[in-house]
Amino acid sequence: MIRVLVQPSAIDVAAEFDLHDAGGHGASASFVGRVRGDDGLTELFLEHHPAMTEAGLGDLAHAAADRWHLSALTLIHRVGAMMPGETIVLVLASSPHRAEALSACAFLIDRLKTDVMLWKRETFADGASRWVEPREGDRGRAERWD
Amino acid sequence: MVLNVAYFSWVRERMGVGDETLDIPESVGDIGTLVAWLAARDERGASAFAEPHRIRAAIDGVMMGPDAPLSGAREVALFPPVTGG
Repeated sequence: MIRVLVQPSAIDVAAEFDLHDAGGHGASASFVGRVRGDDGLTELFLEHHPAMTEAGLGDLAHAAADRWHLSALTLIHRVGAMMPGETIVLVLASSPHRAEALSACAFLIDRLKTDVMLWKRETFADGASRWVEPREGDRGRAERWD
Repeated sequence: MVLNVAYFSWVRERMGVGDETLDIPESVGDIGTLVAWLAARDERGASAFAEPHRIRAAIDGVMMGPDAPLSGAREVALFPPVTGG
């Protein structure tokens, strides 16, 4: 079962775990990405391209399912405005075997940074805001799966 | 040629609109020349497209390089490198 969502509302991590686990998998790997409140950050805004963002996440999910033996995959990315502590992204990958679940999860979080149409804007307590620049290290981590 | 162009992130902010319909001269045949034409067209274009190497593009939902031809395109999206995850 592959579940891919792009949503402006809060990600209900517990409910998504329950839904994902309903299959009773041998091994499940998870990644929860949250907004950090570093340097007085008050808001993180995720801009997206409605059609391309959803298609990009779907392509990534299917690439992972083609590459590893997965029994279930959940890939949810939040968009719009969010505050420190809120969940930006949730990846759940399950397989009969731990190595495949862990690899699929790592692949998805690395490729999310470089392959999906999403742009982060940070706003701080003093009112200043800036668009996040891509990091060279992120590209390196994504390319190791080529 | 009439073309729908969409902008994202700081490109959108500098252009002042999310998308617009443009009448492109015949000499503008690919993504690279479109970016150069937008940069030369007005102040907002100069601000958004001053550094073409920072611009990525998609034609009808598919990522494309600067040499990609515009013929047959319905929508061109122009944006900086992505920063999701």
